[in-house]
Amino acid sequence: MSGVATMLQDKIMNARMAARAAALIFGAGLALPGLTMVASAAEQEHPPAQSWSFSGPFGRFNTAQLQRGFKIYREVCSNCHSLDRVAFRNLAEHGGLGFSEEQAKTIAAEYKIKDGPNDSGDMFERPGRLSDRFPSPFPNEEAARAANGGAHPPDMSTLAKARTYERGFPQFVFDIFTQYQEQGQDYIHALLGGYEEPPADVKAPKAGLHYNRYFPGHWIGMAKPISDGQVDYPDGTPTTVDQYGKDVAAFLTWAAEPHMMARKHLGAVVIFFLVVFAGLLYAVKKRVWHRWDTEHA
Amino acid sequence: MEGHSVYKPKSGVARWFEDRLPIVGLVHSSAIAYPVPRNLNYFWTFGGILSVMLVAQIVTGIVLAMHYVPSADLAFGSVEKIMRDVNYGWLLRYLHANGASMFFIAVYIHIFRGLYYGSYQAPREVIWILGVIILLLMMATAFMGYVLPWGQMSFWGATVITNLFSAIPVVGSSIVTWLWGGFSVGDPTLNRFFALHYLLPFMIAGVVGLHIWALHHVGQNNPTGVDVKDIRKDTVPFSPYATLKDGFALVCFFIMFAWFVFYTPNFLGHADNYTEANPLVTPAHIVPEWYFLPFYAILRAIPSKLGGVLAMFSAIAVLLVLPWLDGSRVRSCNYRPIYRIFLVIFAVDCVMLGWLGSKPPEGWYIPISRLATFWYFFHLLLILPVVSRIETPRPLPASIAESVLKRVKTRPGEPGLAPPAPGAA
Repeated sequence: MSGVATMLQDKIMNARMAARAAALIFGAGLALPGLTMVASAAEQEHPPAQSWSFSGPFGRFNTAQLQRGFKIYREVCSNCHSLDRVAFRNLAEHGGLGFSEEQAKTIAAEYKIKDGPNDSGDMFERPGRLSDRFPSPFPNEEAARAANGGAHPPDMSTLAKARTYERGFPQFVFDIFTQYQEQGQDYIHALLGGYEEPPADVKAPKAGLHYNRYFPGHWIGMAKPISDGQVDYPDGTPTTVDQYGKDVAAFLTWAAEPHMMARKHLGAVVIFFLVVFAGLLYAVKKRVWHRWDTEHA
Repeated sequence: MEGHSVYKPKSGVARWFEDRLPIVGLVHSSAIAYPVPRNLNYFWTFGGILSVMLVAQIVTGIVLAMHYVPSADLAFGSVEKIMRDVNYGWLLRYLHANGASMFFIAVYIHIFRGLYYGSYQAPREVIWILGVIILLLMMATAFMGYVLPWGQMSFWGATVITNLFSAIPVVGSSIVTWLWGGFSVGDPTLNRFFALHYLLPFMIAGVVGLHIWALHHVGQNNPTGVDVKDIRKDTVPFSPYATLKDGFALVCFFIMFAWFVFYTPNFLGHADNYTEANPLVTPAHIVPEWYFLPFYAILRAIPSKLGGVLAMFSAIAVLLVLPWLDGSRVRSCNYRPIYRIFLVIFAVDCVMLGWLGSKPPEGWYIPISRLATFWYFFHLLLILPVVSRIETPRPLPASIAESVLKRVKTRPGEPGLAPPAPGAA
C-alpha cells in the first residue's frame, strides 16, 4: 500500500514541477506558438443562465434571498472557505441583507475573534464586534491545504466576480447591451448542482478529486458540498440544491459587490441627466449653427 | 494662423495684467477666436474628448492613489478596501478602470480619422509624430496601471510583457532582472510601476500640450483636405461653434462611458483579476487588455521571440514615417477612391488582429495571424506608397465653403450632380 501512495505522491510532485516549469516556459518562450499554450484552458461546459433579481439596470437584491444565502454560508461554506473582506457591520448596511444593527451585533457576538496582545503580552479570544471581519476557518493556507487533501478553498469575498466562462463571438457583443454579467453566478449555481458520476471510461487523475460537469477539466478538489434538505429554511422556500445554489450565489454577489444597488441607482440618475443634457446641447448647437449658415450662405 | 489675436482687454486691471502676462489673450486666441474649418464632422470631436478623458483619468487616479498601497502583500486588499469602504470608492475605481478603455476607444477613432483624412500629411507631420509618442506613453501607462490591482492577470501580464525584453541578445536577461528589481515580478516591480504610472500621465499631458500647440500653429485639417483659403468664408470661431459641437459629442461619449461604469463595470476587465496574484499558479489563458490585442497578435504571429518583439514595436514605429510613405498630393480619402478601399481593408485587418490576439495561438489561428500581420505591414509599407503615387484622385472642391454650400444644395454623396433644391439660397 505504502508503495502505491509514494508513487502517487511522486506523480503529484512531478505534475507540480511540470506546472511550474510550464509557467517559466510561458514567460520566456512567449513568441513560440507551440509552447505558449502549455497551460491550455480545459474544455468547459457552459452553465445554464438563471434569472437573477439583481440583473439589469433596475435589478435589486432580494433581501430574503441574501439572508438565505448567508445562512448557507454560515452552516456549510464557512467550514472551509474564508470571507476575509466582509465585516459584520456590512450585514446592516443599506442595499444588502437588511439586518438591523442589533441583529448584526448579535451575529458578530456569536463568533470568536482572536485579539491581542493584551497588557501581559498574551493573545486572547473575545466575542466579535461590528468592526471585525468574518474569521477564517483555517489559521493559514498550509492548514487549509492539509485539511482539504492538498486543495486550497478560495476566499469567497470576490468569488462571484472571479469566476467566468467564455461567452464567445457574437454573444460577448450582445452582452454589452443586455448587460449580462452573471457568468460567475451562473457558474457557481451550476457547479453546486453539477456533481455526478464520471463517464465510465474516465478516471480521476489523482485520488481525492471529484467529478463535476461544470468545473473546467471536470475534476475538482471540493467534495459535493451540499445536498437537498441539508439547510433548513424557516420561510418555506424549497430546500433543494438548485435553490441553495441560487441563494448562495446571490449572497456571494452581494459579498463581492456590496454597493451594487447604489451603483445601479446612481447610474439611472446619471444617464437620465446625460441624455437630457445631450438633447439640450444638441438643440442649442443646431440653432447656433443654423444662424451662422444662413448668415454666411 | 493669422487673424485670431483679437483679444482686447476691457478693464484697466485686465489691460495692466495683459501687458505683463498675456495669458488671457492666449486662451482667447486658442479657445474662443481660433478659426475652425466649418465643415468638420463628428470624427473631429475626439481630440476634445481625449483631452477631457486625460484630465478625468488624472483626477480619479490621484484620489485612488490616496487610498492605494503599492505593496505585493497589501495592494489587492487596498483595492478591495477602495471598493468596499472608501466613500464612492467603487465609483472612482470603475471610472478609472473603464476610463482607460474609453481613452483607447477614443484614441483609436482619433487615429483612424487621421489616417482616413490624411491629417498626417504636410504640414501636420509633427502633430502626427507627437500623436504616436502619446500613443506609446498611453500604452506604457495603461500596462503599468493594470498591474497595480495585483490580481492574477496583473501579475502574469506583467511577467509576460517584461519577459519580452529578454529577447534582446546578450544583455536581455540582465535587462529583465533590472526592470523587475529582482529575479521575478515582485514588490520592487510593483513599486516602480506605481511610481511610473503616476508620472507618465503628466508626461502625456506635456506632449498633448505640444500636439495642440502644433495643431493651432498650422490649423486643422478637414474632411475635404483642402486648405483654408478665406478665414471669413471657410471657418467658424472655435466658440461657440466648435465648443458646442464638441460638448454635445462629449456628453454622448459620456453616456456610453456611464453605461459601462454603472451597468457592466467588469465587462472590459478579466475575471481572473479578482483573484489575488499567486506566483505559483498560472492562469489557463493569459490575455492582455483588449486595447493591446492587435499588437499581441503581431507579437505571437512571428515564429521567433526576438522577431515577434521587433515586429510588435515596428507596428507602432512604422507609423512615425507614415507622412513620408504617403505620396499623394490629396489628403482626404473621400477623393482617393482606390486607396479608400485599401484603408477600409486595413481597418478590418486591425480589428481581425485584435480578435486573433484574444485567441490561443493554435490551429488555424496561427496562419490567419500571420496573414493579418503580413497585411498590416504590406499595407503600410507597399500599398500606401505605391497606390498614393499612381492613383488619380477625384477633383477637389475649390474651397471649404464651396463644398459646404454644394452639400446644402445637393443630396449628400452626389456632389454637384443634382439640381438645386427649390428655394435654396
